[in-house]
This record gives sequence, C-alpha cells and structure tokens, in this order.
Amino acid sequence: MYSEKVMDHFSNPRNMGEINDADGVGTVGNIKCGDIMRIYLKVEDNIIQEVKFKTFGCGAAIATSSMATELVKGKTIQQALEVTNKAVLEALDGLPKVKVHCSLLAEEALRAALWDYAQKHGIKIDGLKQPKTDIGEHDHGDDDEDIY
Amino acid sequence: MKRIYLDYAATSPTKKSVLEAMIPYFTQDFGNPSSIYESARKSKIAVDEARKKVAKSIGADTGEIYFTSGGTESDNWAIKGIAEAYQQKGKHIITSQIEHHAVLNTCEYLEKKGYKVTYLPVDSYGQVNLDELKNAIQSDTILISIMTANNEIGTLQKVNEIGQIARENNVFFHTDAVQAIGQIPIDVKKMSIDLLTLSGHKIYGPKGMGILFIRKGIRLGSLIHGGAQEKRRRAGTENVPGIVGIGEATALSSLNLEKEAKRLTGLRDKLIKGVLDSIPYTKLNGHPIERLPNNANFSFQFIEGESLLIMLDMKGFSASSGSACTSGSLDPSHVLLGIGLPHEMAHGSLRVTLGEQSTEEDIEHLLEVLPDIVSRLREMSPLYEDFMKQK
Repeated sequence: MYSEKVMDHFSNPRNMGEINDADGVGTVGNIKCGDIMRIYLKVEDNIIQEVKFKTFGCGAAIATSSMATELVKGKTIQQALEVTNKAVLEALDGLPKVKVHCSLLAEEALRAALWDYAQKHGIKIDGLKQPKTDIGEHDHGDDDEDIY
Repeated sequence: MKRIYLDYAATSPTKKSVLEAMIPYFTQDFGNPSSIYESARKSKIAVDEARKKVAKSIGADTGEIYFTSGGTESDNWAIKGIAEAYQQKGKHIITSQIEHHAVLNTCEYLEKKGYKVTYLPVDSYGQVNLDELKNAIQSDTILISIMTANNEIGTLQKVNEIGQIARENNVFFHTDAVQAIGQIPIDVKKMSIDLLTLSGHKIYGPKGMGILFIRKGIRLGSLIHGGAQEKRRRAGTENVPGIVGIGEATALSSLNLEKEAKRLTGLRDKLIKGVLDSIPYTKLNGHPIERLPNNANFSFQFIEGESLLIMLDMKGFSASSGSACTSGSLDPSHVLLGIGLPHEMAHGSLRVTLGEQSTEEDIEHLLEVLPDIVSRLREMSPLYEDFMKQK
C-alpha cells in the first residue's frame, strides 16, 4: 500500500534524532489519532543548517517526517515555508488516501518549529502564522457515509 | 527470508485434507442438492454428513445446525432474527462493549429501528461482570449476545454462567464463538447456549463459510429469502464444497483440541514471559490466564502499532495491531479502549495469534527481533524522549 519511496524513508529515516541546542522546536499532532511529530531546527544566517525529527506514528508519519526534513535542509526560511504537504506528498510518490493527513502533520510541525524559532529570536517571518499545535480534528480522508 | 505467520485470529490456511475433501464437489459431484439425480444425491449426502460433524463437535442435534456465508452473517442472523421474531415480548438486547463489529454494528442498526441496547462495560481484563449483567436484564429483554472469546485480546467470558443467567431469566443467549472453537471445548447444551456463531476460515477451513447453531424450538426469521434450503430458513443453493470444508475443519478442530491447546498455551506463555522480561514499559492486554491458548496481545508504550507491524513484516513476521492506522478508522481498537487503555497504549498494541504451524523457534526468533524493533521506534518517538527527560 505504500510506495517504494515511503518504504525507503520509513526503513531508513533521514534526520531522525534531536538537536539539544535547537533554535526552534515544533511539536504537533494528537495522541488520540496516534500521531505526534516534533521537528528541531538549527538556523544560521537565515538558513536551516540542521534539522531533526522525532515521530510517534504510523509508517506514513515517519516517512513524511523524514522527507519533510530532507526538503528543508540547507534551505532558507522562505524556501522552507514553501514546503507544503503537497510537496512532501509528491516527493514520496503519494500516500494512501487515509494517510494524506500525515503529510499535513509534517507541514504543520515544520511551521511550528519555524514559529518557535521566530518567537525565541524576536523575528517576524513573513507569511508565517501561529500554527495549531493540536491538529487532532484533521481530516483523515475517510468517506464516512451513513450506511443504514 | 522465511515468513512466519502469527495472525491466525485473522485467518488460517485451509488444511490440505480439508481442501481435498472439498475438491470432488466442485468438479465431480457438483449436482445441486435440491435435484433428484445421482450427483445431486451425493452432494445432498455430503451436506448432511457435514451437518452431523458440526453438530457432534459442539454437542448439538443435527437439525440445529445452519450453514451461512460466515461469522458475520451468523451474527447478523442471530441478532436480527431474534429481534424480529420476539419483538412482541420486548425490544431490549444486552451485549458487551468489546464485541466484534458484526455484533456491535448489528445492534446499532437495531437501535435505529427502535430497539434498546445495553452495551455492558468490561473490566480491565475484558470480562463482563455477572452482577452487572443480571442488573441489566429487564422485563422486555429478549437477547443477550456476548462472545465466547475476544478476537483481539483473547479474553474468555464466563459463558457457562452467562448461559445460566439467561435461562433463569427466560432470555435467549447468543454467543459468537468464532475465535473460541477449536481452542476451548464447546458444548451448547452444557453451556446453555441458544444461538452460536462459528466461522470456517479461522479453523483451517474455507473462507466464506459460517455456521449458526439455533436451538430447537427457537423461532428465527430469515435473513435471506428464497428457496427451501436450510429448512426454508436460509435460502440459496448450498455451497456444497464449502459446507464439506467447514464440516471437515470443525471435526478436525475438536479432534486434537486438548493436545494442541496445551502446546499453544506453552508457546503463548513463553512469548508473554519473554516479551515482558525483555521489553520495558510493556503491558499484556487481556486476562493472564483466562485467555485463548493462541493469543498474546501487548501494548508497548511510546510507539505506534502500524510502524511496528511494518518493521516486523520486513523481518518476515505477519501480525496485527489495534492502532487506528490498522483499524481503518480514526480511533484505535474499541476493545483496547474498552479495557481502559489510554489512546497511546491502544495505538501501541501488537496482537500475536499462534496456530498449527507455530513452533518454539518462531517464538524464539520473534523474541530476538522484537526488542530491537521496539527500541528503534522508541528512539524515534517524541513521547519516549519526553518520558526519559522527565525521568
């Protein structure tokens, strides 16, 4: 059900771990749904020098964390903001419909980490709004029809 | 890589002897049992023989056995059938919160049709409290439907006592014994069971075959209307090869029951001890003793079940989990939530169910790879990180 790329990023996750002196940390997700994602950033001269993640979640959640961190590594903050869930999805050759919310989680985690970085350093990042940390009510893509 | 199948509660391979018994009825003796000529007579006899075998293995009379398309149909038929036939007496049904969806969703359907349903809670092991059951019975209660053994956590219910309570109160008792058959002895008379559901493919028989035992004297409306098959109660040309298969499988499952149950219990307990000894922050779900011989269910704190399953799959193991991602819904398993697990623990569950081909080496191999997989996933988990920092 998962693409080869998803399986690759799941079995050999890139940038897994933590950064002790991170400039920004963002944690999003919801324990009820069973996925929580945390992204750590090290920023220098407006560039993401280092990025790490930790994720509690399914195969798709781990793979999207891995891919999202790959996509922003070495990028400027503005470039990182352009990494949307769509970009993560495409880079992974897609996800099953019920797992699409995982890519949203990765986008949110990234934005939460950038927000934290901006807050800590008294910076305003254009186009970045305070992220929701709890995206529990997100759409899992189920077509729940009343069958009775 | 050698594949190790540890998901017998999901389904089992059809036994060779079962398949061989079925084959002639596809190509050779393919006649419709309702017809008059020779090949039809042969298939009619085969259906009768299968019915006898099933009846014998659960202590029923031959006339009390009905063939269906599977456990789900049998559950639907038992519950909807009683509800319809006895609505003059009352419209109240009692079941438990941890039933299979074939029972739960049927009850929910009936609620929409104006029936009242009590969903009894279970204790932390997954057992229904008998006093709560007694207290739930009202003057308009017509049916108690409580499973013999749970499909996820393997916990056995006190079926004997439930049967007695039902009889004393003049309420019908249906039990879904899909997981229990072949693992614990079942005698519908001794256990005061009025209706009992069985499935073929969990006991090395074919998929798409089920049984409903209906005690003599119970009126039960039909679910499927049509021809005169199954004494007009379940229409449709008989799936003769399937019936032969489930008959054979049921007979075989009771033949070796005691010995195989003992063997599997030994393997199960070795696994449970091995896992609890080698992996910290782990809980055994279900009852420690009153559980199916083949079932072990664990929750590993801080990790999620689907990732665990994929990693096990990559090592050659087929198992299952109650996490939301594997249950196909937003929530983790209702059974694990029903025994009081917090969401995190329910997401981090692993169900291992053993069977005929399971060996001591399989358990040892699993015990070799599982601790590494769990610690690898914990290394990835922000929940584990927070926990260790707080420590």
